[in-house]
Amino acid sequence: MTEVPEAAAVGPPPAAAAERPTVLAVDGLNTRFDTPEGEVCAVNDVSFRVREGETVGIVGESGSGKSQVFMSVMGLLAANGRATGSVKFRDQEILGMPPQKLNRIRGAHMSMIFQDPMTSLNPYLTVSRQMTEVLVQHKGMGESDAEKRSVEMLDLVRIPEAKRRIRMYPHEFSGGMRQRVMIAIALLCQPDMLIADEPTTALDVTVQAQILELMHDLKTELNTAIVLITHDLGVIAGLSDRVLVMYAGNIVERGAVREIFYGPQHPYTEGLLKSMPRLTGTEQTELPSIPGQPPNLQHLPSGCNFRPRCAYAFDRCRVEEPAQRDIGPGRAKACHLDAL
Amino acid sequence: MTDTALASSALDPTTTGQTAPHGAPRLSVKDLRVHFAMPKRHLFATHRDYIKAVDGISFDLHPGETLGIVGESGCGKSTLGRAILRLIPATEGKIVWLGEDLLALGKSDMRRRRQDMQIIFQDPLASLNPRMTIGDIIAEPLKTFNPGMPASEVKAKVREWMAQVGLVPDMINRYPHEFSGGQCQRIGIARAMVLNPKLVICDEPVSALDVSIQSQIINLLMKLQREFDLSLVFISHDLSVVRHISHRIMVLYLGKLVEVAERDPLYDNPRHPYTQALISAVPLPDPDAERAKQRIVLTGDLPSPVSPPSGCYFRTRCPKATDRCAMEEPPLHQVGPGHRAACHYWDTPMPAPAAE
Ligand SMILES: Nc1ncnc2c1ncn2[C@@H]1O[C@H](COP(=O)(O)OP(=O)(O)OP(=O)(O)O)[C@@H](O)[C@H]1O
Ligand SMILES: Nc1ncnc2c1ncn2[C@@H]1O[C@H](COP(=O)(O)OP(=O)(O)O)[C@@H](O)[C@H]1O
Ligand SMILES: [Mg+2]
Ligand SMILES: [Mg+2]
Repeated sequence: MTEVPEAAAVGPPPAAAAERPTVLAVDGLNTRFDTPEGEVCAVNDVSFRVREGETVGIVGESGSGKSQVFMSVMGLLAANGRATGSVKFRDQEILGMPPQKLNRIRGAHMSMIFQDPMTSLNPYLTVSRQMTEVLVQHKGMGESDAEKRSVEMLDLVRIPEAKRRIRMYPHEFSGGMRQRVMIAIALLCQPDMLIADEPTTALDVTVQAQILELMHDLKTELNTAIVLITHDLGVIAGLSDRVLVMYAGNIVERGAVREIFYGPQHPYTEGLLKSMPRLTGTEQTELPSIPGQPPNLQHLPSGCNFRPRCAYAFDRCRVEEPAQRDIGPGRAKACHLDAL
Repeated sequence: MTDTALASSALDPTTTGQTAPHGAPRLSVKDLRVHFAMPKRHLFATHRDYIKAVDGISFDLHPGETLGIVGESGCGKSTLGRAILRLIPATEGKIVWLGEDLLALGKSDMRRRRQDMQIIFQDPLASLNPRMTIGDIIAEPLKTFNPGMPASEVKAKVREWMAQVGLVPDMINRYPHEFSGGQCQRIGIARAMVLNPKLVICDEPVSALDVSIQSQIINLLMKLQREFDLSLVFISHDLSVVRHISHRIMVLYLGKLVEVAERDPLYDNPRHPYTQALISAVPLPDPDAERAKQRIVLTGDLPSPVSPPSGCYFRTRCPKATDRCAMEEPPLHQVGPGHRAACHYWDTPMPAPAAE
């Protein structure tokens, strides 16, 4: 196994993190979609925990099931989708909970922000209306208290002139400011967990830097658990304590952030890291790349899903799907190889 | 990299991996301007507002060279790329291609030159006609420019190019929707290459692709460049990708060139505060480096292109700005060999971030 270099503490030490109370426990989650062409297995036997105050990064290529895991958790699956398994929020089973009951948890105790803030903001209502509504509904606050709290929240996410801007409509904000408004709304009720699905993917790198800085501050100031879903390993590297790597609906590797980046143990994780062009370092005319393309979820290959693209594949990979197995404390992978 | 190593690598291109070819430029863009008229405020308004999408940009491009173009959304990257091919009309300036000003050419002459110059786009699927087979899509430019070419020869060429870009030639009769994003981009590249162009403008060609596929396409473009001595203009907002593929990079801000340099000086020793901020904003896929680094976080948003700030356009977000910047537009200073930056204070260090 590759040695992970010793370095300044990144995130909480593993022992302390494991002792923190669990906010979200997902066990054996399977998500299926019925389509005219057959069943799509978008999420396969996914299990993980999110603990208080920690940031979990979920990384994988588009279509690997990252979003659908959390759409299942939030009870937001499309009509043709079905999730089975167990999702516990603070020890309470929420998978299959009726929407009215779930609504008391969603928005108040866990909330989600998306890639395109325009799809979740109502273009016809002022930001003020959209914010106070949440507080009136979930916290039973009066209008003026709710507005005061909303302005504070906009200040917290660093919207300049929040008192004046709160009267404006979403289209009067820039993309980066809209994303900050979304974060402010998501944090209004001080949720235990914030799920951020590609929160900076649609933004310029300069604005992305502002949002990442903001999320970093919120993480330390509010102690909110954050789930950060992204295809960008750079975004994961800066904010996450732990990382889950997904491929074709499965978690193929998990570990602490430094373990994943400095000692990847699944060939897919290794391939992803190597194929990223870097800002520094020696010249290479050819970038290492992963050959082929992600599988069609309706026609998965036999054995290991990654096998057709894997440089290490051997006979066993063709016949036997690798089960996820522990390879260290808090560290697991789904691969037949003992070490890379 | 040390300063001396930097200077020598800028002078002696053989010391860098991606070496920029020298000699006579193939393309020379001179003081190019593309202004879009905004709708009048009311019917009898005498004053008209303009968006200066490209505002006085000049550069040379050599055979076998890749010029990267970076900058935030709306800074004029695509407009510049399209104006070079005359896909949108330029307002002013010169586009000298092999010694001849393209803007002075008539329609039919321009059409003939267009064989040498192709473009590929960000959204691979949307840029392909859904009702045509892959074979017909790749063959279309051939048939347009060589109507007399026998069908068997067309087909042979199409199959040859499919193989060159890594598509199985047996897929020739399939339709675009049957292909993944990466494969559609390969189809777009085959179509652009089939006439053996000398220049390909790549407008965010890998931005919509996954990391593992992105590297395949970057490798393909670099291979084609080596084999066919292609000149590439590579537009992207991803500074890591641009660094990998480019010999030289131009940084745009609100339609203006703010910095241009060869790859290493630009990334190792950027002189314009905007370039410095852009580079420092890139999240590094390396937890220790990412958490240790000093990020220059720009305050505020991009100003409206209709009413840009006075003086230096960047001053409203610049940590170095002074009164002078509001009054005087900075010229492009020569700050090193082949390295120019439009900042009055290119030689003074960035102020330390204010303590909170
Ligand atoms: N046809 C047009 N009419 C009016 N304004 C236009 C037109 N095309 C582009 N613009 C404006 O010109 C400016 C530059 O646009 P351009 O598309 O070149 O930016 P870009 O750098 O390619 O951005 P992106 O990274 O988002 O692709 C923008 O302010 C844009 O709104
Ligand atoms: N309503 C749906 N019907 C059928 N398939 C779906 C539906 N929603 C998502 N999928 C499929 O589920 C898979 C996982 O999607 P998703 O979780 O959104 O991926 P990502 O990792 O990019 O977030 C994809 O193959 C997607 O096409
Ligand atoms: Mg998604
Ligand atoms: Mg563009």
